[in-house]
Amino acid sequence: MKRIKTLSTRNLKNSLKTGGCGECQTSCQSACKTSCGVANQQCEKCK
Amino acid sequence: MIHQYKLNGYNIVLDVFSGAVHSVDDLAYDIIAMFEGSTEDEIVETMLGKYAYDTEIDRSEILDCIADVRELKESGQLFTEDEYERHACDFKNKSCAVKALCLHVAHTCNLSCEYCFAAQGKYHGERAIMSFETGKQALEFLIANSGNQHYLEVDFFGGEPLMNWDVVKQLVAYARSREAETGKRFRFTLTTNGVLVDDDVIEFANREMNNVVMSLDGRPEIHDALRKTPNGKGSYDIIVPKFQKFAKARGDREYYVRGTYTHRNVEFTEDIFHMADLGFTELSMEPVVCAPDDPYALTEDDLPILFEQYEILAEEMIKRKREGRGFTFYHYMIDLEGGPCIYKRISGCGSGTEYLAVTPWGELYPCHQFVGDPKYSMGNVWDGVINTGLRDKFKRCNAYARPDCTECWAKLYCSGGCAANAYHATGDITGTYEYGCELFRKRMECAIMIKVAESEE
Repeated sequence: MKRIKTLSTRNLKNSLKTGGCGECQTSCQSACKTSCGVANQQCEKCK
Repeated sequence: MIHQYKLNGYNIVLDVFSGAVHSVDDLAYDIIAMFEGSTEDEIVETMLGKYAYDTEIDRSEILDCIADVRELKESGQLFTEDEYERHACDFKNKSCAVKALCLHVAHTCNLSCEYCFAAQGKYHGERAIMSFETGKQALEFLIANSGNQHYLEVDFFGGEPLMNWDVVKQLVAYARSREAETGKRFRFTLTTNGVLVDDDVIEFANREMNNVVMSLDGRPEIHDALRKTPNGKGSYDIIVPKFQKFAKARGDREYYVRGTYTHRNVEFTEDIFHMADLGFTELSMEPVVCAPDDPYALTEDDLPILFEQYEILAEEMIKRKREGRGFTFYHYMIDLEGGPCIYKRISGCGSGTEYLAVTPWGELYPCHQFVGDPKYSMGNVWDGVINTGLRDKFKRCNAYARPDCTECWAKLYCSGGCAANAYHATGDITGTYEYGCELFRKRMECAIMIKVAESEE
């Protein structure tokens, strides 16, 4: 597309079918400990 | 739902419910803004008027761009509908598995940091260290309650966990001895203020700890103002050489140098750049969590300065990466292709359900930030979770639990936010800590902008 560049991203809707194993890191178990963020948690299956 | 914003020269459009990220030019940006509420003719007329100065933009050009936007909508990459609410409790309802413990091996500390949410390690209670027997029972509790989860996480936390180092080492050895029989794999994290770091700690941690979190607030005068030894002196000179040695020895293994910023250093990027200049490459810097009347509490007036600081940080990170001296900032880490699935994104942080904190006496709390608050005692490592009503309340604490999140574009990035922050700000774990939300949204905008910038190179 001439005016729109789409970055490659994980399709969240598709992950309804494939996700939910729960093996990824717990949100607070890394460096924050005071605020929640899940976006920086890597999917264990995608590693 | 979409979210559009302009940052650092980029026009960015997020399609919230598909996760798609688009980098667009001005015309496409304006067309997308009008697309859902206007007819094609209205869009064309508005754009012809707005871009009358641009000879390249005529009716056909605008129609082409509208067609592209329509195509993205039809392929589920723009204006995607929210279909996730009914799944929000599925993830936690599937089981009551616990997969992570924050093990408070020492409710005591060899520093006396003024802003410590743990009240200088004591969590408003008595000083104590965890016995091996209690820690061992905590590990058994985790194994027994982890269902089918393979990876189990244990964070050695405090207070200062190195004040109970021998027990930490014994607990790691015990956990490893249980892995083969149980089919579990432990991942350990050590969070330390650095005072007691020595060669033994470095060697053991590099062998056994998946992650090490080292507490440093940045510039000497900022760090020393709040992170003091019990006799009131600053701790910067004691810990920085140790952390430098530790970080270097980590090699490719994960670590973070993690700071806290307060009202006293709202220009916190100076502290992050200082950390980077000390040679650390994995950095984190968190807003202080404290009562609003504390002298170092962040204020409404600080907010625009903090927004600007996050932008400065993002732009400097792009610049330094190009120069070959890049560093990582925890809150700008975002993996667009291999990031969390939708269940993770909507089910909340896991506190009180899959993640629990354990006191030196073996008492269970929803997370480290609730420790010491008797209303949030959940049970103990011998009897398990007794207060199942409280656990159920935390189960319902997800991205759809808070009315304020309904229209928020960032809810699939924060999963509804921190329950402890919500509780401390509003008295309810399903309240909203709006100040934290403002900072979080800004960080996500910057993180995604960095990804867009990288994609242009």
